[in-house]
Amino acid sequence: MKDAFVPNIVGFLCNWCAYTGADLAGVARLRIPPSLRVIRVMCSGRIDPLFVIKALLKGADGVMMMGCHPGDCHYQKGNFSARRRFVLLQTILDSLALEPERIGLSWVSASEGQRYSKVTTEFSEKIQERGPNPIRDEIFV
Amino acid sequence: MAQVLKINKSVDQGLTAFLEFLLKEKKVSGVVTLKKNRGGPGISYALITRPEELDGARPLFPLMPANSGKILSRLTLRGPLKDPIAVVLKPCELRALIELVKRQQGSLENMIFISQTCPGVYPLEMSVDGDLDALASRYQDQVQSGQHIPEIRPACRSCVHFTPQNADIIVSLIAEAGLDRSCSLVLNSKKGEALADGMAGEKREQDLNSQELAHFSDHRKTARLKLFDEMGEKTKGIKGLIGLFGKCIGCHACGNACPICYCNLCFFESQPNESRPNSFRADLEKKGAARIPAGTLFYHVGRLAHMSVSCVGCGMCMDVCPVDIPVGTLFSRVGESVQKTFEYIPGSKIDEPLPVAVFKEEEFAQLGEG
Repeated sequence: MKDAFVPNIVGFLCNWCAYTGADLAGVARLRIPPSLRVIRVMCSGRIDPLFVIKALLKGADGVMMMGCHPGDCHYQKGNFSARRRFVLLQTILDSLALEPERIGLSWVSASEGQRYSKVTTEFSEKIQERGPNPIRDEIFV
Repeated sequence: MAQVLKINKSVDQGLTAFLEFLLKEKKVSGVVTLKKNRGGPGISYALITRPEELDGARPLFPLMPANSGKILSRLTLRGPLKDPIAVVLKPCELRALIELVKRQQGSLENMIFISQTCPGVYPLEMSVDGDLDALASRYQDQVQSGQHIPEIRPACRSCVHFTPQNADIIVSLIAEAGLDRSCSLVLNSKKGEALADGMAGEKREQDLNSQELAHFSDHRKTARLKLFDEMGEKTKGIKGLIGLFGKCIGCHACGNACPICYCNLCFFESQPNESRPNSFRADLEKKGAARIPAGTLFYHVGRLAHMSVSCVGCGMCMDVCPVDIPVGTLFSRVGESVQKTFEYIPGSKIDEPLPVAVFKEEEFAQLGEG
């Protein structure tokens, strides 16, 4: 177990749902993967595709976008925009063969501590199986 | 069936005579067209208001010194034109302008578009030595016999949107016999018809030579597929991308020439994107080396995120690249897949909203639920 690969995952969490859900998971002492580094944003609609691209090119093994369930956005429609951007990113990464599987999108509400624990663990395990991001060792990025 | 105006002059002279007619009859207050520099070498877009300045106008010259979509957007950025002007431009330039207008970067009002079934243009580097003039007549011969011209830019060789759907007047070029003695103007809209009213020439009801165009299109589609497949193979994964962009000097010429990249202060040229000593230090600690200039790949992939949905495939980026990276082919290829995802053809419908500006509540419903 000593040399097991622990991925570096960057999570962009919206303040109102996912981040509060994460907080709840913490308070309830649920298991949260140690690989996840959380960055709080006010809304998933704030997540510029460039954030995700930068994280991947800087060597993150995975990037998660998390926000309120569709229809529950604190700002009415930010998560719908986020969803389109996620699809845009997936398409670009896919057509460049840059492993679109390394990005993930999940809706977690403020009361879903359980779900937060579940989706982050699943994503982390998926990335762990995938192995390190090959961009990690590249210099010409 | 559309109305066609046939002018008994060579296609270049016929169109110039038409522009002169428009200015003299005060149907338009100005004309934007390619024009030769007075006395010296060089050809560029020019806004012309006096008929005598049409001397040296080469409206159909096979060259794209800049994407005029960007020029026209700058011209109308502060508000629509007060008086009508006629603009002679290539189909991809018109599509680029429409994309810019959708981004609130200009206005189509009071502009009358004269475009062409476009056979493609030569690379900019060929215009430097002045040999293009000699090539122009050969170009015309090849065009009227429906041939594919090998020397044109790769972006043009693989272009399938060469018929300008939104133009008011379409100059029929591809596979149009007798370009050296007659000029066929297809009046594609009411505006176009009103404009041609009173111009000397023979009018008839006729459509674009659709059979030849379809044949031409098939050939282009095959070429496009082949080019995109090769590019896909070449740029597979991070190794492939670095292979392509490893020689990028980070000059941002591609972004500056790109009609869709309109931001006056581009994020990639802004202070937050500067590589600071501490970010270099972090890279160096991890990898032991860091490329300078940094962030070139981030620039290209990031630019894809910004503009791929509207990429009209005009090929300007590739034409201006000082180190000859086939940026345009990659961007067109990625752009096509993004546009397919959102079922969007840039520049085709003026009232269709940009996919990144809107959403449907019911779409991609399974995403994020797992």
